[in-house]
Amino acid sequence: MAAENIFAHVKRALIAAVWLAFLTAPIMVIRVDTVEKTVTWRWMHLAYMAAGSFLLALVWYIMLERRDRGKANKDAEGNVKESALARGFADPKLVKPMLAFGFVAAVAFPWIFSMYQTNILVSALIYVVLGLGLNITVGLAGLLDLGYVAFYAVGAYTYALLNHHFDLGFWTVLPMGAIMGAFFGLLLGFPVLRLRGDYLAIVTLGFGQIIRLVLENWSDFSFGPSGIANIDRPGLFGIPYSVEQATTYIYYIMLGLVMLTIFVTARLKDSRIGRAWLALREDEIACQAMGIDNTRAKLMAFALGATLASLMGVVFAAKTTFVNPASFTFMESAMILAIVVLGGMGSVVGVILGAFLLMLLPEYMRAFSEYRMLLFGATMIVIMVFMPKGLVRAKRKIYKINAETAG
Amino acid sequence: MEYFLQLFFSGLSRGSVYALIALGYTMVYGIIELINFAHGEIYMIGAFMGLIVAGVLTAMGWPVLSILVIAIIVSVLYSAAYGYTVEKIAYKPLRGAPRLAPLISAIGMSILLQNYIMLAQTPDFLPFPRLIPDLDFMERFSMFLGTSDLFIIVTSLVVMVALTLFIKFTRMGKAMRATAQNRKMAMLVGVNVDQVISATFVIGSSLAAVGGVLIATHVGQINFVIGFLAGIKAFTAAVLGGIGSIPGAVLGGLVLGWTESFATGYVSSDYEDVFAFCLLVLILIFRPAGLLGKQRAQKV
Repeated sequence: MAAENIFAHVKRALIAAVWLAFLTAPIMVIRVDTVEKTVTWRWMHLAYMAAGSFLLALVWYIMLERRDRGKANKDAEGNVKESALARGFADPKLVKPMLAFGFVAAVAFPWIFSMYQTNILVSALIYVVLGLGLNITVGLAGLLDLGYVAFYAVGAYTYALLNHHFDLGFWTVLPMGAIMGAFFGLLLGFPVLRLRGDYLAIVTLGFGQIIRLVLENWSDFSFGPSGIANIDRPGLFGIPYSVEQATTYIYYIMLGLVMLTIFVTARLKDSRIGRAWLALREDEIACQAMGIDNTRAKLMAFALGATLASLMGVVFAAKTTFVNPASFTFMESAMILAIVVLGGMGSVVGVILGAFLLMLLPEYMRAFSEYRMLLFGATMIVIMVFMPKGLVRAKRKIYKINAETAG
Repeated sequence: MEYFLQLFFSGLSRGSVYALIALGYTMVYGIIELINFAHGEIYMIGAFMGLIVAGVLTAMGWPVLSILVIAIIVSVLYSAAYGYTVEKIAYKPLRGAPRLAPLISAIGMSILLQNYIMLAQTPDFLPFPRLIPDLDFMERFSMFLGTSDLFIIVTSLVVMVALTLFIKFTRMGKAMRATAQNRKMAMLVGVNVDQVISATFVIGSSLAAVGGVLIATHVGQINFVIGFLAGIKAFTAAVLGGIGSIPGAVLGGLVLGWTESFATGYVSSDYEDVFAFCLLVLILIFRPAGLLGKQRAQKV
């Protein structure tokens, strides 16, 4: 990089730092107490803020220039350069050993690491499945769903209530949860068939809120904000087990469900309905003109996504043995959507990576304790600015037609 | 009758504040088709700026009404600056990116701003001083209309009229309308689109700040998450009226305010938010483009 370029960046970063310091000054420096009528001044914060934002702005501008230059080069050459990550996943020589290693590591995990770590991993795996489920609705079919967590709540409460009132076990409720999820998916799907884009987004958001508010307020049915406690853990042929063993057991259940989901979604993607979804995402009218039943494709997408979320709800209730409406806020929906978009819409590998990143990052950033959500928000912005297509770009299957046999 | 009027006016004042925030959503959406999730946070920052100014000036012993005016002015200026900066950081680098990318960076920005306020100020509720004094001649209406309600309604009305005039008659307003209709075409006829987008964010954020200070002094306390629910409600109002339409946002805000107020008054106060969202779902099923939105034919 040329020297004058650096100077230009330093100059812009200085301006940005002064601007940000000015912007944040009142909130960072002044703290008022309107009852005692006192004001505290914390001038040191201003200095931290200015220094910090200068460094960040400098890095930001340099990265932004590199990004734009990279884009220009790409346009000039005309071929898309894949990231090293994507190439690694595509190389058949690497894929098999990597998968084998991943599998062995996943199976061995609870025996090597502590219960705490296993627990975190179970949560991450739940979000992998949730991400893959939402990926069907948003990534493949292009239906922006901001109330996805409602289906998660449906599953969790299905298990919690059936267990509380009728003593039904985990394995009995698991398929019932799936059916409930599909039902609610259709219930939401029917009225919103005519809506598109952002209208769909806000209606699904409203739907998510309605489910949560009903759970919160209809105390006779759902026990209100205090929730339902003492839900049974999954049964193991009637063999009793300790809490530590329960974690391991649920971990293996989740591992099985994750592999099943990965298999199903990967197969679905290239199936007839999967291709119909992609067509729907690209252009609804053209898709209809090609003879695809739009209504059916949309309802399938909603129902399938909802089924996976509901299944995870059942597992979640069994894992924590406690559910209350506070676990199903809009932030959860936003988080799952972020998993899908950050990972790379429509890409199975991307969604898995996204789930691990977003779930494990806040967990291991506990060292920064109160700053972790701040850093988390910043990370989301940075990834989107520098990788707007997500970590792993989705690849479409290419069908080769042999010209001779096709005539 | 008195009860009805009471609900009517409280719905009106609540609806006006929703409308103020909804205008920011709808203007931004009209121009760059982005749900600006950080908008609710701008409203919250507006309320905090108001609190800081009010706190400092109260400690210095200024009269209440002048504090109110200065608090609104300062918080409008600062919120406008925040809106401008948020756009430059989180949305401008993403022009031309896939549609959902700016949405995610907006959610990131919303989390960032919330936590910034939480760390820099406090995670707890802070009491907000009453800046609107009770006026004497309002005494006989006090059964159904408080001074602060009246003040909120009048201020919102003035701001909205000013905004309409601005959009209709100024050069920048014209450029905004042109950009909303067709961004490329506007560029071709020499509209500085970047400037228009910045101006939209600045105006939307100022309106949200006015709403923030007014509602904070009405309710009497604020904390760092108030922006979230207000943002969602206001966005609902914007969609209800037809997103992208300025009179639609105002109408949507008022309809939402009245629905909530009457439903809580006559039916049940537990389900306040449920009514709002049910109304939204119902209206969108029968009028998919919102109350005042135009149903445009899709080009193939």
